Amino acid sequence: MSQYLFLYRGAQRPTSPTEAQQVMQKWMTWFEELGKRGHIKDPGQPLEPTGKVVKGRQKSVTDGPFAEAKDLVGGYTIVEATDIAEAAEISKGCPIFERDGFVEVRPVMKM
Amino acid sequence: MISVLTRIFGFHNLALAEDVVQDAFCQALEVWKFRGLPENPSAWLMACAQRKAIDVLRRERTAREFAPELGRLAESEWTLVPAVEQRFAPHTIPDDLLRMMFSCCDPRLKEEAQVALILHILCGLSVGEVAGALVAGHAAVEKRIGRAKQVLAGARALYEIADERQVAARLPAVQRALYLLFNEGYHGASTQDVIRGELCRDAIRLARLLQEHPAGDTPATRALIALMCLHAARLPSRLDAEGELRSLLDQDRSRWDRALLAEGQLWLERSATGAELSDYHLEAAIAWMHGSARSAEATDWPRIVALYDQLLAVRPSPVVALNRAIAVAQAEGPERGLAEIRAIDRVEKLERYPFYPAALAELELRRGHTDVAREHFERAKSLARNPSERRFFEQRLEAC
Repeated sequence: MSQYLFLYRGAQRPTSPTEAQQVMQKWMTWFEELGKRGHIKDPGQPLEPTGKVVKGRQKSVTDGPFAEAKDLVGGYTIVEATDIAEAAEISKGCPIFERDGFVEVRPVMKM
Repeated sequence: MISVLTRIFGFHNLALAEDVVQDAFCQALEVWKFRGLPENPSAWLMACAQRKAIDVLRRERTAREFAPELGRLAESEWTLVPAVEQRFAPHTIPDDLLRMMFSCCDPRLKEEAQVALILHILCGLSVGEVAGALVAGHAAVEKRIGRAKQVLAGARALYEIADERQVAARLPAVQRALYLLFNEGYHGASTQDVIRGELCRDAIRLARLLQEHPAGDTPATRALIALMCLHAARLPSRLDAEGELRSLLDQDRSRWDRALLAEGQLWLERSATGAELSDYHLEAAIAWMHGSARSAEATDWPRIVALYDQLLAVRPSPVVALNRAIAVAQAEGPERGLAEIRAIDRVEKLERYPFYPAALAELELRRGHTDVAREHFERAKSLARNPSERRFFEQRLEAC
């Protein structure tokens, strides 16, 4: 089994508590299913949409990341799968696709 | 949560309190979707709202004026956090809910507006859900709630309940609003059974909260809880297995909620103190007569008629008079019942009430005047407020 990082990017934020509740339900169901199939290494955390970016030799600190909202990272999860193909397949069940987001699947480098 | 925050921010900042709650809620859901539900979600939410409240006070303490009683406490970092924490302490929350309840029942607001506000702020229903529960248009309810909030914003602080005289002054209005809230769930025209059950439960919860406050614990409050429990006990049998409406006379009494009946009886006994005999006492007593009877035939109808007589004396209303006439018909036959219906004062007020022609129809049917009964049932059907009422009248038409 190898580990893969799922980066959740660019989903639309829910506009009402009811909608947020529905979104949460879907995610919880998805995580539950992944857990049952033994794919979850760490469910991860959601990320605040704001932060700081530290950059350059001067280490200048700016507010951000103000990347396009469409690819802002909203959270991460570490999953276990036999290979990248399976990891990508697993990611297809993520509810993020219903909200115009996408999942970046990255193999964790083995030492 | 909104009540606590409003006490901190002041009533004129109600919108801010709502924003903070919504924000806390959305953030909670975001975290829970990854980490699963925490063991105590409401404590988690409270902690989150508390943190956000402190942020808001810090950020806006120069730009906004908050609740007068918070006053200078918000200005210094030394006093700000303890002051907010103290207001979020679990034992102060019931009082804040009561303060909010009393604030909503402002005499400058119409009763419908008070009920809408209680549903929205204290029961956490969205404007759309309030509109669904009260069977009113979304825009109309939005306007009603918006206007009510504006009226109340002038008060700045929440209604104070520490002084017994102040509680007593507004207590009847609060009881009335809770009564209407319950009725909306029990008799209201909302078609969704889920909504109705929830409205009844919310009304009972708030009435109990009122009773737990020493100044709110009057015989009338206890009678109000009794009547809510006794009516709510019959909710499960109002619809039969096919989801069709059933009249009280042919409900399956084994499906009545025994625990709620017993609780209602207990509250009715506890309400029997003092000199005050409120309309809630009388209604609870009537509900108990029905609740304790084994069948429609075994009901003590003459006693019920006598209780209705008393109720009419304190609260004259054509609907009460109609119910009384139906009880008379049960006790003394359809002819007497019809005579009583004809004698109802201001009967024109019942013109759009579907159960008025329906009552006429039932009695005509019982004395064998099938054609007249049909006409009345047709009229009732045309007035039906939702599909289950309509189907109910259609079934009665088939019986003619």
